[in-house]
Amino acid sequence: MPLPATQPNVRVVTLKIDDLDLSAREDETLIEVCRENKIPIPSLCHLDGLSVWGGCRLCVVELEGQNRLLAACSTRVAEGMRVHTNTERLQRYRRTLIELLFAERNHICSVCVSNGHCELQWLAQKCGVDHVRVPYRQQPYPVDSSHEMFRLDHNRCVLCTRCVRVCDEIEGAHTWDVMGRGSDCRVITDLARPWGESDTCTSCGKCVQVCPTGALVKQGTSVGEMVKDQHFLPILARRRHAR
Amino acid sequence: MHLEDLAEKAAEFRAEEAGIQREVRVCVAASCQSSGSLAVMEALEDACGDGKGTCRVKGVGCMGLCSAGPLVSIADKDCSLDESVLYRDVTPADAPEIMGSVCGSPVERLRCPTDQPFFARQHKIVLENSGFIDPDSFKGYVAVGGYAGMVRALSEMTPADVLREVTTSGLRGRGGGGYPTGLKWSTVAKMPAGQKYVICNADEGDPGAFMDRAVLESDPHRVLEGMAIAAYAVGANKGYIYVRAEYPLAVERLQTAIRKAKRAGFLGSKVADTQFSFEVEIRLGAGAFVCGEETALMASIEGLRGQPRPRPPYPAESGLWGCPTLINNVETFANIAPIVREGGDWFASIGTERSKGTKVFALAGKIRNTGLIEVPMGTSLRDIIEIIGGGIPDGKAFKAVQTGGPSGGCIPEAHLDIPVDYDSLKTLGTMMGSGGMIVMDETSSMVDVARYFMEFCMTESCGKCIPCRTGTWQMHGLLDAIAKAQGTHADLALLEELCEVVQATSLCGLGQTAPNPVLSTLRYFRDEYEEKLQRAEL
Amino acid sequence: MSTDHMSTPTKIRVATTWLDGCSGCHMSFLDMDERLIALAERIEIVYSPLVDTKELPEQVDVGILEGSISSEDDLEKAKTFRKRCKLLVSLGDCAVNGNVPSMRNHFKLADVMDRAYRENVTLQPQIPTREVPALLGTVKPIHGVVPVDIFVPGCPPRADAIWHVLSELIEGRIPDPSQVTRFGA
Repeated sequence: MPLPATQPNVRVVTLKIDDLDLSAREDETLIEVCRENKIPIPSLCHLDGLSVWGGCRLCVVELEGQNRLLAACSTRVAEGMRVHTNTERLQRYRRTLIELLFAERNHICSVCVSNGHCELQWLAQKCGVDHVRVPYRQQPYPVDSSHEMFRLDHNRCVLCTRCVRVCDEIEGAHTWDVMGRGSDCRVITDLARPWGESDTCTSCGKCVQVCPTGALVKQGTSVGEMVKDQHFLPILARRRHAR
Repeated sequence: MHLEDLAEKAAEFRAEEAGIQREVRVCVAASCQSSGSLAVMEALEDACGDGKGTCRVKGVGCMGLCSAGPLVSIADKDCSLDESVLYRDVTPADAPEIMGSVCGSPVERLRCPTDQPFFARQHKIVLENSGFIDPDSFKGYVAVGGYAGMVRALSEMTPADVLREVTTSGLRGRGGGGYPTGLKWSTVAKMPAGQKYVICNADEGDPGAFMDRAVLESDPHRVLEGMAIAAYAVGANKGYIYVRAEYPLAVERLQTAIRKAKRAGFLGSKVADTQFSFEVEIRLGAGAFVCGEETALMASIEGLRGQPRPRPPYPAESGLWGCPTLINNVETFANIAPIVREGGDWFASIGTERSKGTKVFALAGKIRNTGLIEVPMGTSLRDIIEIIGGGIPDGKAFKAVQTGGPSGGCIPEAHLDIPVDYDSLKTLGTMMGSGGMIVMDETSSMVDVARYFMEFCMTESCGKCIPCRTGTWQMHGLLDAIAKAQGTHADLALLEELCEVVQATSLCGLGQTAPNPVLSTLRYFRDEYEEKLQRAEL
Repeated sequence: MSTDHMSTPTKIRVATTWLDGCSGCHMSFLDMDERLIALAERIEIVYSPLVDTKELPEQVDVGILEGSISSEDDLEKAKTFRKRCKLLVSLGDCAVNGNVPSMRNHFKLADVMDRAYRENVTLQPQIPTREVPALLGTVKPIHGVVPVDIFVPGCPPRADAIWHVLSELIEGRIPDPSQVTRFGA
């Protein structure tokens, strides 16, 4: 007797997100399920195709029966979960987190090459941040223009490490990494040498495309001209994964 | 190897010492060394020589009363070695006088009475050997019954038996969280067989805490023994001790202990002639407080940047290099050998309903007896501070005691009668933490205290998550303004709001608990904040 | 803040001024074009660079500030506006977050002055001390020195956004400018 075709060994669970009854594969994370179902969840570090980071904390959600908030990007779905993604409390926390980011570095949108195409700027508007209540840190950060094609402006970096991850996980070069602690953290190329002198950088530009803000941009762009395209990432990631 | 063989070895080692009539124990742990105990030891050695080898000067671990160091204790066989005479603040010049004293008539000038509550009220399990044995001597540890727990586990117990004893004991993690040790071990043990790891977290970094340092400097073999038992119980064959590099003496003693235990066949392959193998390696922490957080610690061991990652998966499921990993604190491991030796029921008979055994505390700050103490869980804070600690010096009044380091909080006078255990401290808005206790008198400003701990968290934030990285900076700025009487009511409101956000949204324990010192001082000493605000708004 | 009185037919008394900015937000205000006529039916501009009044009246319904707080003069104006206006609006990014004027915060004030008045000047380089207000050490948004009720970000906020905000105020509602404008818009 022929054996039945083997089923992929992944089960499906049902859960409730914001009063919507949904089903999901048990290996999916909450943020994936939300994005599939067009439930908006803000995030700056998560990107489909890259590993989970869990650093920006904007995607925190409430889980019924649990006091502690969960980051949607690093929480797997489970049978019977009841999740709330947009409560008044979460909205308030997200606004504060975005304000903290604006106050940390020097995000002056009006003169940014990414003005109008920036995820931070967009999130601020979506979350209703129309001003920053905390004092600005006023700490100047350097700009690295040594690369012939790209430019790094630390003043606009939110330390999401998408560049670090895409370079390591997709391009395989691991040119980028992070140095320092706290707000002194900086993304660096090749043990903090100027980008233009990097031996490992392949100039593929993936880091520039995944950067949510105007921290990593193409040379020669002027205010508002830097438009990024991240569509390549999930496609590339899935092809790598299939192999 | 069986227990009888070990007992035989122990008897043999004791016999080697039989000729010694007088044992002079000099504390060579870090704090006494810093007050000159090595010079004292040298002077005592010079004064000791009668050429017959009947007198021996021995370096030992911490005797507890660090504020009175260098400490020296003398045990004469004629007077029974158990009843030693303790001397405090000893200088090299005192050596001839001390050595000249005969049994029964000690040097009263230097004597430190051991019947005072500081010593009498303690209950030593973790520190049982501390101050008695030479930390660098493998023989010394075995002679006092060391490795009996491990040999018993390996020769007479199955891993399941060990897990049962540890679970029965009710031991909870001594690193601060208080997670039930038996449960943690069982989880790792239940993971499918394969590569597993045991990690000892010795990255003690709370300001004012030095319990783990003292244990490692005084009795390193005890920690190795605890780790080996744990490895046997959960099915691991490799262990790492993650020690901060700021503890060079502890590292040196651990290295010596590992080397000697290995040579004696008590570590490495075929431990104590059984099929069980266990290798231990030391990894040095390079000064980041966050590396005490377990996922950051493991990243650091792997050679990566020491920063936390989201949990789950917990280390028990996916830890070091993705393998099931058991990670416990130094003091937790130090409790294991006695539990296996004496049984879980014995341990569970000490302490309170939900917190068993003893706890080592480092008393620091405005208190007469600063140093290391070990008391049963459930001892009241008042007993610890006023009786064991000797109260506040210089006639000042007590104001608050800070527990739990940068993750903890301040407890005021009104709550001093609470029995110290994991749960009662939590209800007071602080936590057990690893055991640092900083006592403050009436001259301390609680806003300054909160600002100090916030600065600590700010400079120790790894920078991975937004709330901790920038929230601590903002909170520190607000606290600084308030402390300088430049803050407004709006600043205080903003501070409280940031506390809530940082607590609720931070990635790891460092950020989640960073607001605790602020919240607890606000809870008990709000008037101190408001007084400064009023001045600012005048 | 109560806005009940605004639903009455009496005109809303509006005052505006510019602090450290480029006056672009006021230009954007003028970009409301023909809507200005409709607006004039409902509001009265009692003080503004756009009109010829020299003194800010004691009682104003809505005060609109453009620009950041960069000098002692800006600080005084903001304080006076706060004192005399029932509702204070930060108009534009300079007022809301410091924007371009705040980019000098990374430098010492003395260096900024040197750069502006000495290094780049060929004829009689000198730092002015008379008839210009002294600069403050740090440029701040308006709410960094006085409480602000409504924030309208944008560089400049589009005329539509200003129209929306004023229309809502006229109707006695507190506007939510996030719907119509953003930082850098």
